[in-house]
Amino acid sequence: MGTLIEEIFSRKAGRAVHAGEILLLDVDYIMSHDNTTPLAIKAFREIGKPILDKNRIVIHLDHAYPAPNVLAAENHRKIIDFVKEQELPHFFHQGVCHQVMIEEGFITPGAIAIGADSHSNTYGALGAFGAGLGSTEIGAAWVTGKCWFKVPETIRIELTGKTQPGVYAKDVMIYIAGMLGMDGGTYRSVEFGGEYIKNLPMHERIVFPNMSTEIGAKCGLIEADEATIQFLETATPARGSFEAFGPVNPHYERVVEIDVSSLSPQVACHPDVDHARPLTEVEGLEVHEVYIGTCTNARYEDLEIVANMLKGKKVNPYTRVIVTPASDRIYKKALNNGLIEILIDAGCAVTGSGCGACIGRHGGILAAGERALTTMNRNFIGRMGSPLSEVYLASPATAAATALTGRITDPRKIIA
Amino acid sequence: MSKAWTFGENMNTDEIIPGRFNITIDPLELAKNVFCEVKPEYAKNVKPGDVIVGGQNFGCGSSREHAPIAIKGSQAKCIIAPSFARIFFRNCINIGLPILECPEAVENITEGDDVDVNLVTGKVINLTKDRAYQARVLPDFVLKIVDAGGIVHFLKEHDIQELMMSAEG
Ligand code: SF4
Repeated sequence: MGTLIEEIFSRKAGRAVHAGEILLLDVDYIMSHDNTTPLAIKAFREIGKPILDKNRIVIHLDHAYPAPNVLAAENHRKIIDFVKEQELPHFFHQGVCHQVMIEEGFITPGAIAIGADSHSNTYGALGAFGAGLGSTEIGAAWVTGKCWFKVPETIRIELTGKTQPGVYAKDVMIYIAGMLGMDGGTYRSVEFGGEYIKNLPMHERIVFPNMSTEIGAKCGLIEADEATIQFLETATPARGSFEAFGPVNPHYERVVEIDVSSLSPQVACHPDVDHARPLTEVEGLEVHEVYIGTCTNARYEDLEIVANMLKGKKVNPYTRVIVTPASDRIYKKALNNGLIEILIDAGCAVTGSGCGACIGRHGGILAAGERALTTMNRNFIGRMGSPLSEVYLASPATAAATALTGRITDPRKIIA
Repeated sequence: MSKAWTFGENMNTDEIIPGRFNITIDPLELAKNVFCEVKPEYAKNVKPGDVIVGGQNFGCGSSREHAPIAIKGSQAKCIIAPSFARIFFRNCINIGLPILECPEAVENITEGDDVDVNLVTGKVINLTKDRAYQARVLPDFVLKIVDAGGIVHFLKEHDIQELMMSAEG
């Protein structure tokens, strides 16, 4: 009985638990990537005890892959050697870690998956508990298979209505971030629900838990329903047994109701995600790069929106337009269905899958004084390169419209 | 004396240490560039035992431990803030960097104040302004990890189950 997070934790603990309690729980999967695994290995070696269960460890190379410099290559070497030495069965370099975790079926309703990455919250889209932890704690979890959690209070975001054409999950989430602020969900579980969420396909649902990180949430959750089960059964080799379940007589700390029907496209302006504005207020602002990628918005359907808008057209010649599919699987499907050709013909640079330019290490770094409009989830100062560059966040449709003009452009003008 | 270094609200991990410096995990290397964009004079002038006084939601952003490691490498004694971002909070505990939640202290301390902190009692004394503040005391099991010098040191000596025994029992 309780909120979705109380339900998930109660099932794991084998008894009813409530907000405020501190639990030591078994974790199903322990994720880390090229940026965070070296520190986890260091912690693991220092502890000096063996791995409890190799099957629970999943390691990805995605943040700087292929290696853009010698240091990154040495980093990869260290990780690959460790994976070989420990004979770890789950090792990937097929795209952004969170996307691959879902595609490979590691994430199922009620699962507990911790990751050495702040956007591990993404797993909440399937009704799983996903939370980011530091590398040291990940290295410790390899040894113990356990982790301590304080059961959080829950903020329920009840979304009703239907978005207008040109308005997507990303716009709704940027609006929510602007409303709640960057610390609006600190230490909290943020539950996204209501008729709007129920009707959303999985690729759009994922945006909400993914960006719950940006409002400080411990986790962002969407209750697993028939659509979730269908997605798992058709699109993933889902592991283990699972069922759909939701909150039961929940007590929420706060309920926020939003009708999405009247929302217009939104932009999160430099340099904080909660600087959300209706696009119309910043329309016409010049951008030097458009970046379509990341665990937030580079799924097949996102690329499809972009390709449909760019088909037969040319992007602004003075704007670098970069597309980085979230995973190899997405890349292949886009290739087979002709999307990649459309994007290349329109003048986009299509890169291999992975985190790409998202953390300013490679694949589209910004110079001082440059401004980018991207489909990413965060826009901290210096995130994509020079500390004197600016990052604006928006939906893939807004990114495509902006790519055509080199200025922030309302996608409704192109779609119409 | 322990000098206070003050920082604003929502100080994120990229501001603590920009991503481009995260190619090393050496605390002393990282410390050279800690806060380089928001307060470049910090890395140059910080003295062992100085205290960081942050605004609310300190350490938000990435799960990277480079940020708390960089601060620990700068040899600051602890961080005082009204609230911390969740992962940052855990990371500090796990690497053995003490953190204290104390809104009153943050409101009253200005940069350069001489501040004395007792990590066990949570008492913060501002010697410059002759004021004392009481920080929230950390849960038992958290203190166990911090006392051991971080989770790695704790697990070297103990079983993970021991963490919860005192907290629940
Ligand atoms: S795509 Fe960006 S936000 Fe997502 S995991 Fe990679 S670096 Fe992090």
